[in-house]
Amino acid sequence: MTALIGAAAGTGPPTGAEPPPAGPRRRRFTPYLLLLPGGLWLLLFFVVPLVQLAGTSLYDRAGSLELGYSQTFAFGNFVDAIAAYWPQLVRSAVYAGLATIICVVLGYPLAYAIALKSGRWRNLLLVCVIAPFFTTFLVRTLAWKSILSDNGAVTGFFRSLPFVPDDFRLLATPAAVVCGLVYNFLPFMVLPLYASLERLDGRLLEAAGDLYAKPATAFRQVTLPLSMPGLVAGTLLTFIPAAGDFINAELLGTPNEYMIGNVIDSAFLVRLDYPQAAALSFLLMATILVMVFVYVRRAGTDEVV
Amino acid sequence: MADDLVLENVTKRFGGMTAVDDLSVTVPQGSFFALLGASGCGKTTTLRMVAGLEELTSGSIRLGDNDITGLRPYRRPVNTVFQSYALFPHLNIGDNIAFGLRQRGVKDVAKKVGEMLDLVQLSGFEKRKPAQLSGGQQQRIALARALVNEPQVLLLDEPLGALDLKLRRQMQIELKRIQTEVGITFLHVTHDQDEAMWMADTVAVMNNGRIEQLGPPTEIYEFPRSPFVSNFLGQSNLFAAEVAGRSGDDLELTAHGARFAAPAARAHAADGRVWLGVRPEKVRLALPGEDAPAHHNQVRGVLTDTCYAGVSTEYLLKTPWGQEMSVFSANAAPGEPLAPGTEVVAHWYPPHSFVLDRPTGSGDEVSQYSADPLGVAP
Amino acid sequence: MRIWRWVADHWVLVVGLVVLAYLFLPIVVVFLLSLNRPANRLSYDLSSQWTLDYWFHPFGAAGVGDALRVSVGIALVSTLIATVLGTLMSFALARHRFRGRSSTNVLIFLPMATPEVVMGSSLLALFVTLRVPLGFWTVVVAHILFCLSFVVVTVKARLAGLDPRLQEAAMDLYANEWQTFRRVTLPLVLPGIAAAAMLSLSLSFDDFIITNFNSGTTVTFPMYVWGAAQRGIPRQVNVIGTAVFLLAFVFVIAVQIRSRRKARFV
Repeated sequence: MTALIGAAAGTGPPTGAEPPPAGPRRRRFTPYLLLLPGGLWLLLFFVVPLVQLAGTSLYDRAGSLELGYSQTFAFGNFVDAIAAYWPQLVRSAVYAGLATIICVVLGYPLAYAIALKSGRWRNLLLVCVIAPFFTTFLVRTLAWKSILSDNGAVTGFFRSLPFVPDDFRLLATPAAVVCGLVYNFLPFMVLPLYASLERLDGRLLEAAGDLYAKPATAFRQVTLPLSMPGLVAGTLLTFIPAAGDFINAELLGTPNEYMIGNVIDSAFLVRLDYPQAAALSFLLMATILVMVFVYVRRAGTDEVV
Repeated sequence: MADDLVLENVTKRFGGMTAVDDLSVTVPQGSFFALLGASGCGKTTTLRMVAGLEELTSGSIRLGDNDITGLRPYRRPVNTVFQSYALFPHLNIGDNIAFGLRQRGVKDVAKKVGEMLDLVQLSGFEKRKPAQLSGGQQQRIALARALVNEPQVLLLDEPLGALDLKLRRQMQIELKRIQTEVGITFLHVTHDQDEAMWMADTVAVMNNGRIEQLGPPTEIYEFPRSPFVSNFLGQSNLFAAEVAGRSGDDLELTAHGARFAAPAARAHAADGRVWLGVRPEKVRLALPGEDAPAHHNQVRGVLTDTCYAGVSTEYLLKTPWGQEMSVFSANAAPGEPLAPGTEVVAHWYPPHSFVLDRPTGSGDEVSQYSADPLGVAP
Repeated sequence: MRIWRWVADHWVLVVGLVVLAYLFLPIVVVFLLSLNRPANRLSYDLSSQWTLDYWFHPFGAAGVGDALRVSVGIALVSTLIATVLGTLMSFALARHRFRGRSSTNVLIFLPMATPEVVMGSSLLALFVTLRVPLGFWTVVVAHILFCLSFVVVTVKARLAGLDPRLQEAAMDLYANEWQTFRRVTLPLVLPGIAAAAMLSLSLSFDDFIITNFNSGTTVTFPMYVWGAAQRGIPRQVNVIGTAVFLLAFVFVIAVQIRSRRKARFV
């Protein structure tokens, strides 16, 4: 399972200099040939739809599937969308942000423990981090419904505390939604962090200790900076999907906790307001692209994949 | 000869950097040939070009009558022993050795593998995996894997670099024995000058992509052709001198006000500015009371440092013109080494000198040529 | 008191293990739910009635078996195609330097970071525009899309860790490019490809949002669960969830043990 995590540095040997005239020419095209099928797939089914989404977001909202849509470059759609749903947008950012921070707090020690302190058990622990995936996402989230239920042990424990009201609920509150988000995206934080920490040379920490650094200082000045790529990658892989999620809000919350994902989902499948749905999706996507761009600028692209 | 390996005007450029610069050399068939040089001098690149793992920027490589320049590695009758051994981790030892044989559809694989394992003294190891072997054993398997294919040239890329000293010595003897027994041309790349001199019939000293000197170890050591070679192999004392005249077979030289003699046969340059060189072990020290032989070249000085090393003692003395000269003295008889501060006369038999060309602009200072580990000196 | 001393020295490990326990908590609950007869159809609480009925009749609820079959089918097909395409791409990225490498890296990263809502809905728009009927194959197309990126990341990492000298050695020993690939590179990359395939299988089996957008009337297992959430989830769902988990967990552990028992070589 360590193969899964991407625990190697470097990207392989460089090709030599340009081949002499007599040499085989086909080798220069090999990478492009290898990329062709997969690349085409991505272009056709990822890039094109997104471009189309952008176009759809500018359609006249008065149209429909039966009557057809007219392209009116209605940038007003974006304004309308934000005006109507800015609470959900903000809420999504807040929940996702909160979930990401909690994931860092919980995930870093776990990644650190597996990478640096687990010895023989490392592979087993990694499997344990991924294993919950094998149970369907929905089934896992529904299990939280049981754990946080009004009649359950956890809620009961909180209610028994002196300063907590008796009708205290965990389910159908923002707390439950955030809890679900944290749970579902924790592995996405742990694995990139693990990959970064695994490359850390333990002797660097020894050197720091030799130079009078206390463990906390060594962590702050050596480990933390060196694990930055993993931390940033983990943050991206957690925040972005969390911001767009709607299942946790649907199953563990009420319409008061609905996120932008819920709005987009209903816009597409229930209200059939495609231009608005597309506008909202695109807003979400644009934010992501900005974040990825900033990240790529700082870290380069070889660390990204 | 029929199957000599001939490199003609071979050049290799990586982007803006020239790794191998117009190199031409003939490796005689059946010889043990060493390419010696510091890191970055181009020796490994040259080897890889012979193997077909790098493409030439220009030039050609011939094996006997066949031009192999454009051939892919798997079409050349040449095999390589890699520095990191590169044993296939997913195959056992027997399959590793048999790899090349199977690719060529050779029969009797098991027998040949067995013979090869006997040759490297690891009989019975067929079923083991590379990870189970020690460094020295892996090295021998890498050798067996290459040799079993009976190549016309065997290429060795610093194969002993990863071994500890004692093991390395053993392997050097082994390799020499095997080469003599098998009779294949060995092209051996190394940065270790001792290794090159012990094992090779011919040594080529490389610097900055070119061969500075080529010849048998004794010739290169005793009669170096450039300051770089004189200090890359062992150490030399080099004195800035001018040729004053000739008397019979000897050149008369003046350096720093004193007169020296050297046979013309030991000179690579016979007039104008020269370096007068002598190896430290050829120099004797005479104490003030003793007389140095009159016909010896003599340099007065004061001892500045003494390093007693058991077998020999290395002395450093300061000449009247401020240069440091080193003298190795074999401790043939027990006794105390001389103390720093002693006034001595360093003297040597003139035919032990060598004379090198000293172009204008290369200065009178010799320090720039001494033991340059990066081979960066011009 | 000595135990506290140990905890203080190893607090990172302890926190890590606590988090790990937190990760497994719902799985345990799923398992318990599968053994428990609910008080009423909509209840998620654990009642006092325990039963093995659901384990004996895992396909008792209507539609569960079909949904499962569909999910497995989609997972297998998508994994096959995504693994092949992704492996090809990772070879290009790991072994060659070429123009457009950075852009390709970003292009592969984006699907992993895109919210499923956006990916699902944009694909739906594409299919609608092209008038492609929604169903099994549109779901497969969608799944291949997001599995591709994960396959590339996994295989590329494995490739990057391989000693490039091994390929050179093979060519030096008379194997041409194709033979080198078949006899040396492929066997050594295989564990990475297998891991990628496993990851792909889980991602595909598990997916809901993108599938929901693009499936038309086809029902996969996660969709079945979602639909049933309104009417009351049959406990058989928990049985299947637990069973799949155990199956996969045991399989992965077995592979680990097997590879550890063979002489460790890479």
